[in-house]
Amino acid sequence: MDFETHWIPTAGPFETIMNNNLLLDVDNLSTRFHIAEGTVYAVNGVSFTLNECESLAVVGESGCGKSVTMLSLMGLIPIPPGEIASGQAHYRGRDLLKLSENELEHLRGKEIAMIFQDPMTALNPVLSIERQLREPLRVHLGMDENASRNRAIELLELVGIPDAPSRIKAYPHQFSGGMRQRAMIAMALSCTPTLLIADEPTTALDVTIQAQITELVKRLRDELGMAIIWITHDLGVVAGLAERVLVMYSGFIVEEAPVENIYEDPRHPYTQALLAALPRIDRRRHDRLKSIPGAPPNLLIEPKGCPFAARCELVIERCRHENPKLELVAPRHSIACWMDVNTGKPR
Amino acid sequence: MTLDPVQPTDYASLGSNLIQVRNLVKHFPITQGLIFEKQVGAVKAVDGISFEIRHGETLGLVGESGCGKTTAGRTILALYPITSGEVIVAGIPVKSATKEQMSKFRQKAQMIFQDPYASLNPRWTVSAIIGEPIRVHHLLPSVQERDERVHELMLLVGLSPRLINRFPHEFSGGQRQRIGIARALASNPEFIVCDEPISALDVSIQAQVVNLLEDLQDRFGLTYLFIAHDLSMVRHICDRVAVMYLGVLVELTDREELYENPLHPYTQALLSAVPIPDPKKDRLRQRVILTGDVPSPINPPSGCRFHPRCPIAKEHCQRLVPEWREIKPGHWVACHEV
Repeated sequence: MDFETHWIPTAGPFETIMNNNLLLDVDNLSTRFHIAEGTVYAVNGVSFTLNECESLAVVGESGCGKSVTMLSLMGLIPIPPGEIASGQAHYRGRDLLKLSENELEHLRGKEIAMIFQDPMTALNPVLSIERQLREPLRVHLGMDENASRNRAIELLELVGIPDAPSRIKAYPHQFSGGMRQRAMIAMALSCTPTLLIADEPTTALDVTIQAQITELVKRLRDELGMAIIWITHDLGVVAGLAERVLVMYSGFIVEEAPVENIYEDPRHPYTQALLAALPRIDRRRHDRLKSIPGAPPNLLIEPKGCPFAARCELVIERCRHENPKLELVAPRHSIACWMDVNTGKPR
Repeated sequence: MTLDPVQPTDYASLGSNLIQVRNLVKHFPITQGLIFEKQVGAVKAVDGISFEIRHGETLGLVGESGCGKTTAGRTILALYPITSGEVIVAGIPVKSATKEQMSKFRQKAQMIFQDPYASLNPRWTVSAIIGEPIRVHHLLPSVQERDERVHELMLLVGLSPRLINRFPHEFSGGQRQRIGIARALASNPEFIVCDEPISALDVSIQAQVVNLLEDLQDRFGLTYLFIAHDLSMVRHICDRVAVMYLGVLVELTDREELYENPLHPYTQALLSAVPIPDPKKDRLRQRVILTGDVPSPINPPSGCRFHPRCPIAKEHCQRLVPEWREIKPGHWVACHEV
């Protein structure tokens, strides 16, 4: 196989190869976990689409179901205790939720790759970086000894690890946090995936290293032309990364909009409150931070009504027993709310 | 009993500084051998830092992980023995304090920890956890008074006193951090070291805890040392900010001065790495992206410790340790090129 042509994409930077080809279409996905204490309603009827080469961010606090959604798509939810209660997820015409384990294995790592939050637990501590980097090359691309070694070194150089030919022999504990995350990214990119799912890849890292990693992923996306789903709780990081944002709360998507709209014109009370709770490094004024009273709802209780009702300032009686569906309120901008945040009255 | 503001010490006689840190050094020895143990090196976690904390202010201490900011906070509270240098709290040098002075110091200086899951004893009830400082310092002899005080403290931090006999695992992260804050307040402290108190919490809960800390400061005239790596939150809560890199301070000044006019190249890089939650602004600004990682504190670089990553390093930066100097009134920086 001609390795060079396989590696360097023929198209230019992502603007030029940006097209509207649907890559992923998730419809009404629900995931539950049956545990001793009852049923955890982790993801409740989530629907979204993703185009090729698009960069999508899924934002929410811990326990909002953002990771579980992605793990469900990848077939990485342990069943039992997990259960995919409903939904379809069409990836290039195939329903990911109906694929056999065998078919999924061909897809995972090759076409859909994932970067995890904690690089120390996601890497195998007893295998060298080289061994772990060469595995997908061998399994998915059928490369031989020599080709896979060269490619592995190239991958490490691509993600900016200095002195790659000698560092590749190292074990994960010999790498710093930022380098481990780079090695993980190299692994995820090894088969030039069409879709990269990054699950809070910078949360465990310092700001300066976080900036390095986000710049790296942005650069690689432009070079390789892949779609990215960026899972994060940090609204600050999202601003510089994504084209479109999904805001999740308690297993529901509550708002979906292009990134500019989320920051300039948030329409869901939760998104608004979340942005108001954020201290801003670019602002001089030092008002009291607006906090959201209370805590997210208990996922063990079957959701009834709007999940945010108990903490919402605009709550009306209807919110408590009827859950609003995601509806368009502006071009490409949908929210799941009965109220209009700008007027404070029902829509 | 009511929760009156603490009786303020006579600060006029002390000057305005509650805490003075002079050339503080904390090294952790690395030893080899089991029976004939010998020291083969040291982790130079804090390597000579000097600053003051004024009465009633919040001083931010920021830096990346491993820069020694937590060690500095703990050493100031005498949780670690000082290797060299001095910490003077309310006029008393901690190193040579008598047993009685030390006990008083422990009562007046408290700490809020980073991880609300690890810093509360899982086998103790909330009542035992919050009441411990009161018991240890013999502040309230009767059990009933102690319970009343725990009640008041719980109300103060926004917890329902009905939960007094619950265990830590029954609380969420934000509630646990409130328990930690109530415990820190139990002995009527004047000075609290907040060691990343919000970094383990979700955004919507962070704001609750930060507002609580600010309210308590206004009400009781507390002095905070706020250790953090979240520079946006530091800008919100702190009066002055000290930036630490690999065991030494590189810059210290007022909040606005630091964020509007950072002088040290490390501070500049750190500030530019913070994401701004505004896509338009984020695209427009110039970012200084540092290369590489923080070097090991066992073998810190010669001269200026920042020189291997510094975008404006000159030849002499490798040889000469930059002097910690006051460039403008109240603006301290350690760099040759400023």
